[in-house]
Amino acid sequence: MHDAFFYIFAILTVFCAVMVVANPVSRSPITSAMFLVLTITCMAALFVQLHAFFLAAVQILVYAGAVMVLFLFVIMLLDLKEEERRRIKAVSAGLGTLAVGSILFLIIKSTLQFGQAGAIPPHTEGSTASLGKLLFSNYVLPFEILSLLLLVAMVGVILLSKKDLK
Amino acid sequence: MFQTIFNTISSWSPLTQFTFWSAIKVFGVFGVAMTIVAYAVLAERKISAFIQDRVGPNRVSLPLIGSIPFLGPLLTRWGIWQPLADGVKSFIKEDFTPSYVRKAYYWLAPAITFVPALVVIAVIPFGSYIGNQKMVIADLDVGILYSFGIISLGVYGIVLAGYASNSKYPFLGGIRSSAQLISYEIAMGMSVVPIFLVTQQLNLSAIVEYQAQYGWFALPFCARELTPLSFMIWPFALISFFIFLVSGFAETNRLPFDLPESETELVAGYNTEYSSIKFALFFMGEYANIIAGAGMMVTLFLGGWSVPGLSDAAIAKTHIAVGVAHILIFLFKVFFLIAIVIWVRWMFPRFRYDQLMDLGWRRFIPVALANILIVAVIVWAVTTFSNETKPALAHSAYQVNK
Repeated sequence: MHDAFFYIFAILTVFCAVMVVANPVSRSPITSAMFLVLTITCMAALFVQLHAFFLAAVQILVYAGAVMVLFLFVIMLLDLKEEERRRIKAVSAGLGTLAVGSILFLIIKSTLQFGQAGAIPPHTEGSTASLGKLLFSNYVLPFEILSLLLLVAMVGVILLSKKDLK
Repeated sequence: MFQTIFNTISSWSPLTQFTFWSAIKVFGVFGVAMTIVAYAVLAERKISAFIQDRVGPNRVSLPLIGSIPFLGPLLTRWGIWQPLADGVKSFIKEDFTPSYVRKAYYWLAPAITFVPALVVIAVIPFGSYIGNQKMVIADLDVGILYSFGIISLGVYGIVLAGYASNSKYPFLGGIRSSAQLISYEIAMGMSVVPIFLVTQQLNLSAIVEYQAQYGWFALPFCARELTPLSFMIWPFALISFFIFLVSGFAETNRLPFDLPESETELVAGYNTEYSSIKFALFFMGEYANIIAGAGMMVTLFLGGWSVPGLSDAAIAKTHIAVGVAHILIFLFKVFFLIAIVIWVRWMFPRFRYDQLMDLGWRRFIPVALANILIVAVIVWAVTTFSNETKPALAHSAYQVNK
């Protein structure tokens, strides 16, 4: 049953991801954004199957719940009529297929070459407490650097959005 | 009799048992939640009538009910059948779809608004035990993160309703709501962090058990085992509770924060173009959200199913009556909070949009951050300087039991 769930959600993830960029029915950016939300949700389901409950919850909370809402907000305000009318150009479609195809080739090649990963580690790594302990012990420096990066970005946005600098 | 039923059930395979109990809980909780939704609407109308010195709904009744001896006259008063009449009315009204709407999203939006509220209720522990069954549909290890995640998905319903309607006022309502919900989610999420610093758990059942033992966070007076820590964090827990409560109003689009549908400016906001049962879904979604929010608040701050003198989950395992009492206590607390939410709606005027944003970003978020810091220092000081080890619930009991 576990396998069945994996395949269901894996197929759904790929399907939704394809629909984000190549939707045959609608060219509306809102539809693409909504399919991206579905992709993120399906990925959260895949995390749940790896027993990474914290990651799954945060994936939905941050990406589906906050980032994508902001995306939607911006798309709605921009009112992108032009995007809906634009056709898919043969050249760009070809180049895109080429790029995705080569990445796919690399993944398949490396999987075949190195085989599957070793024994799946016990499930405890995904729990919130152990993740928190790791973040504040082994990975405290990258963690702090990342938060500094976000702070810099935030200050930058405030600076840019100020009309008159004193 | 119960014993024979339990024995029959426990002879099934674990998976069958799990499915059986889950199905019972899902249907039970869904039925009760929908009934509360229906009667919350009636309560809203009755309370508003009381506040505005009116009578409120008092006429609707089924035929022949009035002729039942003794009970009959009671059942025809107070508008007890009003929710039924409202429900039937919304179903048989014409479902008009304007020609200019974006059809797919127009159909999806009411459902997307309604479903998250019900999904949040799944992780709320509504009782302790009945028999060996924990009275919660999904006892998730990351319970609270899950519910915040789902709550944050609820905004899509309103935003898409605004977009799908393809006309001005719903669009403005949708835009307002997305900004409002994101802002208050941050304050809401931060306000509960002190609770987790103290309990060291994200699991909602574990948080209720902690409160049953060491005192409710909002009222730490009667518990099995009061510690100095309970009182040291009390003022900060109250600040958390206040921020959570007010953010809850903003998250459910209730007055004084109902800017997305403020009828004086936006006709009816995001649901202007909706009629019939689709409108009713938005309407019921609002009340389902209130119930989910009230359930969260009861769980996080008011001790869930626990009450002084009856706060031992172990007794409920052997005495079914105690387990049922716990569920009733939980429901009573939820009703109390719903009554407060309704009362507030009719007592306070609407905020202006800039005041709303100011309150969220410049008052609540800094206060919540300071709150986290202070509680963290207190918890650290208590664990470092006191001899007794910190009251940590048996961690192992709540780890993922696979």
